[in-house]
Amino acid sequence: MRKQLMKGNEAIVKGAVLSGCRGFYGYPITPASEITEAAALYLPRVGGVFLQAESEVAAINMLYGAASAGVRAMTCSSGPGISLMQEGISYLAGAELPCVIVDITRGGPGLGNIAAEQGDYHQVVKGGGHGNYRTIVLAPHSVQEMADLTALAFELADRYRNPVVLMADGFIGQMMEPVEFPQRATAPKLPDWAVAGTRQSRGNLINSLHLDCDELEAHIRALEAKYRRAEQLETRAEEWQTDDAEIVLVGYGIVGRILKAVTAEARASGLKVGVLRPITLYPFPTAHFRKLAARAKLFMVVEMSTGQMVEDVRLALNGARPVEFLGRVGGNVPSHEEVLRFLNEQALHYLPAAVPEEERMIHA
Amino acid sequence: MPSETMCEYEVVHGRPKAFYERFERKEDLQHQTHYCPGCGHGIIHKMLARAIDELGIQDKTILVGPVGCSVFTYYYFDVGNIQAAHGRASAVATAAKRAQPGSVVISYQGDGDLSAIGSAEILHAANRGENITVIFVNNAIYSMTGGQAAPTTLLGQKSTTTPLGRHAVTEGYPLHMSELLATLQGPVYIERVGLGDNKQIVQATRAVKRALENQVRGLGFSLVEVLSPCPTIWKLPPVEAQRWVRDVMEKTYPLGVFCDRTKEAAPRPEPAPAPGLDEIPRILGVDDESLPAGNAHRMVETAANLDLRVRVAGFGGQGVLLLGEVLAEAGLDAGLEVSWLPSYGPEIRSGTSNCHVRLSRQVVDSPLVTQPTVLVAMNEPSLHKFYRSVTPGGWILYNGESYPQECGRKDVRVMTRQFTHIADELGDPRAGNMVALGALLEITGVLPDESIDGALRRLVKNPKWVELDERALARGRALVKESLAEV
Repeated sequence: MRKQLMKGNEAIVKGAVLSGCRGFYGYPITPASEITEAAALYLPRVGGVFLQAESEVAAINMLYGAASAGVRAMTCSSGPGISLMQEGISYLAGAELPCVIVDITRGGPGLGNIAAEQGDYHQVVKGGGHGNYRTIVLAPHSVQEMADLTALAFELADRYRNPVVLMADGFIGQMMEPVEFPQRATAPKLPDWAVAGTRQSRGNLINSLHLDCDELEAHIRALEAKYRRAEQLETRAEEWQTDDAEIVLVGYGIVGRILKAVTAEARASGLKVGVLRPITLYPFPTAHFRKLAARAKLFMVVEMSTGQMVEDVRLALNGARPVEFLGRVGGNVPSHEEVLRFLNEQALHYLPAAVPEEERMIHA
Repeated sequence: MPSETMCEYEVVHGRPKAFYERFERKEDLQHQTHYCPGCGHGIIHKMLARAIDELGIQDKTILVGPVGCSVFTYYYFDVGNIQAAHGRASAVATAAKRAQPGSVVISYQGDGDLSAIGSAEILHAANRGENITVIFVNNAIYSMTGGQAAPTTLLGQKSTTTPLGRHAVTEGYPLHMSELLATLQGPVYIERVGLGDNKQIVQATRAVKRALENQVRGLGFSLVEVLSPCPTIWKLPPVEAQRWVRDVMEKTYPLGVFCDRTKEAAPRPEPAPAPGLDEIPRILGVDDESLPAGNAHRMVETAANLDLRVRVAGFGGQGVLLLGEVLAEAGLDAGLEVSWLPSYGPEIRSGTSNCHVRLSRQVVDSPLVTQPTVLVAMNEPSLHKFYRSVTPGGWILYNGESYPQECGRKDVRVMTRQFTHIADELGDPRAGNMVALGALLEITGVLPDESIDGALRRLVKNPKWVELDERALARGRALVKESLAEV
């Protein structure tokens, strides 16, 4: 397979089409509009449907309609639009409809700004809609992962009959990197539960209403069991130079990339540092944290938020190791120099013996 | 009665097949619906079921149910059923129909659902002329939630949220959805009918069937608004409630056809056949045949530790992003790991632009270039912004007449030339970015010419521009050679 240079946002659409996505219902918003534009270009060419909806509310409900009809379908938006979609996401989860929702995050709250931020973690990972449901959330950190995790998102959505969110920041969406795609396209079979307007599917029902209390509880318990199964089977994380790491840097998306650059410099100065990058934000890769806690003295979480994922890190470690946090917001990105400075300060506190003499002098 | 006499009877009016035999909503009373005595929904359900039977479309039908009293349509209709969120049925129906163009999709909605919370969805579905059928049941009130005012509530009508009666000053006027939607060009058929008496019911039956038939014929968007009694919330006996539809409701909502383009509407074309799966990679431009083989074999051995970190900055229109793109594309062609990251958003619109480019033998960890080894500053503000960030031993290529003293650094190398001016002499000032790139390539001296040439041709499609850009690149290279010769 040959590689080509491509924007992350475009890689998502091409990955989706190769995975059999034949429906795209979206509403433009910066910094996700390239996804909608690429979908407008390619979906009709492959016999799919592209529709620019009148709002994110309509778009997510169109996704509900297309998914009900048994088609692999997706939408995309950014923070404010995802907020509007939360009602629909709750219905999709309640009715157990597979679909893929892309969130190219931006700054908030309110209109915020259009620069990259990771303030959507809570609303996406914890479920911003009503009721006891979860969405599977994947966080790519490269253009290649934009393509690969989109394909995985469609698979997981079908396997669990559940919405899957691909959450990336504006950087991953806007940047270009070499990417390669499978040379074969897939076409999933029509699911037997779909309402497809055929004799076979007559009598099928897509529904999230269960008026009887016991019936609704049984439904919620079944969803819960499904999420537990996903927690057992689907957690994904990248461990980068963690084998001997005494300090584990934790970050997802573009932050994961910055932490890798920090690791290289920190190791050059003698600090045993590694990166744990959650790829599934839900289910959260708790086992990776517990494993690394055996050796690590400190977990240092870096986010482009005031501290959202760090809550999950603390839950995963459950007090086993100290957790320190560095966050930048408003569209500011923690530079690797800034992270390195913070890292050295923490190292001085937690691992004084590991810090080289001259570093100790600087911080003293 | 002896059975042989039964044979002489012909069933002319039976239970529609589009209904389930038993309604399994509850364990008991499976022969009846959940609707109140005298409610219009039962009658409308029967019209719809009968029309489905008569058109022979039961297998094809997808019924999208709303939130409201008719939320349980799926217990009654033996078709494909989708239960939608409040107000969103026409959006759900839109996509179900688009996903399965061979199906017949019905959006069944009440007046709270369609005219209030779902007003945007119905307006746009109608305006797009979606080939769906909408049954809009208007009883001028929110019934299921206990009688709150709807946009369709009549002036003076009491509800739990208009206890003194609806007043135009505070609650506005009854919303005439059919008239409103009929102003659009999208719909082919909109009619308001009533259940006020038997004559009206006969007309309503015809309208519902027509609205379905239009879809079967592929004509487009049809909507039938049905004025329907709600004896329970209106607090009227069923017979009086029916009369109220005819004698009171109809005064505000006159019956009639508001739009009929069925004669001139052409059936929608069948969707084009989808291409084969094996054609998809080519359509997406990701198949190996569409991509260049690259010139990695031409890379020089000395570039083993190559780690080029470039920041390019300037005004919008100076080709700052393209400069970076050609560099990254050429790097990829030469078999390197590369990344290109633009500044985006408001910065673009406010007139400045910059990008980060990395070319490396190693996997690129962070695509953000905060300490460039080469800074290309296409204007003075960019130089001011970034000159401090350049790595000691790195380069600054500055597009200007003379290098500003206040940006002086002893630990970096600087080349100051009027790239834009030089490009202007070559034919177009916009090729200044390629003069700068030529200089950059000469300084770094690692990428094969074939890679640059290939990248340029892939990114710049216009042959006139390729020719100019090639001359600009050559000129840029020459500038470096000349300046080295000066030293």
